[in-house]
Amino acid sequence: MIEHLVPRILAKLLIPFILLFGLYVQFHGDFGPGGGFQAGVIFAAGIILYALIYGLDRARRVVTPGLVSFLVAFGLLIYAGVGVATLLLGAEFLNYSALDSHDPVHGQHLGILIIEFGVGVTVAAVMITIFYQFAGRLQVTRELESDEADDEDEEEMTGSPQ
Amino acid sequence: MSTAASAGFSLMANLPALQVVVPMVAAPICTFLRFRNGPWAFALLVSAATFWISANLLMQVLGGDVISYEMGGWAPPFGIEYRVDTINAFVLLIVSGISLIALPYALRSVEREVPRDKHHLFYAGWLLCLCGMLGITITGDAFNIFVFLEISSLSTYMLLASGRDPRALTAAFQYLVLGTLGATFILIGVGLLYIMTGTLNIADLAERLGPVSDTTSVRAAAAFLTVGIALKFALFPAHFWLPNGYAYSPSAVGVFLSATATKVSIYVLLRFQFTVFGEIPAFADLDFATLLLPFAVVAFLVGSTVAIFQTDLKRLLAWSSIAQIGYMVAGIGLGGVDGLTAGIVHLFNHAITKAALFMAAGAFFLRVGSMHIDRLAGIGKTMPFTTLAFVLSGLSLIGVPTTVGFISKWYLILAALQHGTAGYAIAAMVLASSLLAVMYVWRIVEVAYFRDPAANQEITEAPLSMLLPLWALTIGCFYFGLETGYSVDIARAAAQSLLGVTP
Repeated sequence: MIEHLVPRILAKLLIPFILLFGLYVQFHGDFGPGGGFQAGVIFAAGIILYALIYGLDRARRVVTPGLVSFLVAFGLLIYAGVGVATLLLGAEFLNYSALDSHDPVHGQHLGILIIEFGVGVTVAAVMITIFYQFAGRLQVTRELESDEADDEDEEEMTGSPQ
Repeated sequence: MSTAASAGFSLMANLPALQVVVPMVAAPICTFLRFRNGPWAFALLVSAATFWISANLLMQVLGGDVISYEMGGWAPPFGIEYRVDTINAFVLLIVSGISLIALPYALRSVEREVPRDKHHLFYAGWLLCLCGMLGITITGDAFNIFVFLEISSLSTYMLLASGRDPRALTAAFQYLVLGTLGATFILIGVGLLYIMTGTLNIADLAERLGPVSDTTSVRAAAAFLTVGIALKFALFPAHFWLPNGYAYSPSAVGVFLSATATKVSIYVLLRFQFTVFGEIPAFADLDFATLLLPFAVVAFLVGSTVAIFQTDLKRLLAWSSIAQIGYMVAGIGLGGVDGLTAGIVHLFNHAITKAALFMAAGAFFLRVGSMHIDRLAGIGKTMPFTTLAFVLSGLSLIGVPTTVGFISKWYLILAALQHGTAGYAIAAMVLASSLLAVMYVWRIVEVAYFRDPAANQEITEAPLSMLLPLWALTIGCFYFGLETGYSVDIARAAAQSLLGVTP
C-alpha cells in the first residue's frame, strides 16, 4: 500500500473513469474503435491500479479470486452460448442472423454485442488473475526473504559464522 | 447457408460444429464442478458424446463423400469451413476414442498424481486439449488450424505441468519454448501463403497456389510449415521436449497425449503436403515429404537405440514414441498409396499400442510409486494382469505377427521395397529398429518375470478402473492385427483421397 497522499487521491479520482471508459470501449466497439479485448484490458487496468495503490489484500477483498476464476470461465460460456443459441434456432454455429427472426441485421448486431461482452469478461478476469498470481508471488518471496534476513540477524547476534 | 435459419435445429446437420463445440463449452462448465469426481464424470460424459459424433461423421464420409460445414453461415472461401473427409474423420475417431478410453483410466491416476484442489482445472484442460486437437483436424481453414493448435498446445503445457513432480515444470517449459517456436513457424508459413494467394481456405489455397507456386515465398512457406509441424510432432532432431514431457507428467496425460497429440500434427503435415502442395508441378523436384525421409530413418534408429539405455520406464516408452513417429513419417516420405497407407494406419496402430503401454506404466507407478526399471523387479508376480498386458502390447510395439504393429511394418516394408536399392536399405533398417525394440521390451520382461520382488514391498494388482481400459486396448492390438478391414481399408481410402487416386 502506498502511503503518499497524491497517488491515493488521484487513483480514487481516476479509477471510476477508467472503469467507465472500459465499458464505453466495450459497448461502443461496434461503432468505433474498440471491442471486448481492449475493453477487458482497460477494465482490468482499473482494478490493477487499485491493487497497486491500496494493496493486494484490499483488492482481493473487492474482487475476490473466486469471483475472478468464475468470470474467466463465464465469459467463454457467454461467447459459446451465443453459438449454441444460434444452433438451437436452426442456423449454423455463430450465425448471428438467426438471433432475430424478423431482421437478420438486428440479430447480427445483437450477436456481436453479446460475444464481445463475453470476450471482455474473460479478458478482464484473465488479466486480473495474472496480476494476482504475480503479485502474490512477490508477497511470498518477500516473506521468505524477511525470514532469511531474520535468521541472518540472529546468527550475527550469536556470532556463529556460516 | 442462411436459408437454413428457419428449418429448426438439426443435430445431424450440425455434427461438424458440435464435434468441437461440445468439448469447448464443456471445459468452462467443468471448472465450476468442484465436488469429488464431478469434473471426471462430466469429462467422461462429454468425451463419450464427442466419440459418438466422430463415429457418426466417419460413417457419413466412408462412402467417399465430403461434408462441408459453413461456420457462422459464411460461405467458403470467405468464411471458416469445416471439412470432413475420410482421413480427418479417421483422425477424429482416433482422438476422441483415445480420450474416451483414457478417461476411465485417469480417475485413479489423477487422484494420486494431481492435487485434489486442481482436479476441476485438470479436466477442464483435458477437454480444451481435446477440443483443440479435434478442431485442428476438422477445420478446412489454414489459419483456424493455427488457432486450434494454440488451444491444444496451451492446454498441453498445463496438463504436462499439472502433476506433483517438479521436473514436470521444466519439461513443460521446454515444450512451451519449442512448441511456441513451432507454432510461430506455422503462422509464418500460413501468412506467406495468404500473402501470395489471398485465401486461407485449404481447398481454395490448393487451387490458387498453382500460378504463383514457383516463387521463393511459396517455397519458404512450405519450408516454414514443414519445420514448424515437425517440431510439433517431435521428429528427430526436434524431439527434445518429448521424453521429459511424457515421463514427468501424470500417467493419464502420457496416455492421452502420446496417443493423440503427435498423430494430429502428422495429419496436419499430410494435409499441407498433399492437399495444399500436392498438385504443384514446381514441387515435384522439391518434395518435402521425401526430404523428411532421412530424418525419419534416423529417428527410428536413434529412438530405438536410446530407448534401450533408459532407466525410467516412461522415458523408455517416450523414446520409443520418437522411433514410432519415425515409422509414420517414413511411410509418408516413401509416398505412393502403399507408403501413405502405412503412415496413416500406423497413426491408429501406434495410438492404441502406445496408449496401452503408457496405461500399464501408469498402473505400475500407482502401485510401486516409481518408474525406475529396477524397482519393477518381480512385478510379473505381484501385478500379473498389468504385466501381461504390458508384454502383449510390447509385442505389438515390436511388430510380431497377429499384432497391429506387424500390419504397420508390413505395409511400410512393402512400400519401401518399391524403391529399389535404397528401399531395400530402408526395409533393412526398419527390421534392425524392430530388433532394437525387442531388446528394450525384453529388458522389462526380464526385470518383471525373472527377478524376485523386493521382500518389503506390498504391491497389489492395479484397480479394475485401470485394468479394463488397459485390456480393452491390448485386445484391440490383436483384434485390429487380425481383422484389418477397418483400419487398413480406411487408411487406404484416406491415402487414395489425399493422392487424388480413384480406387
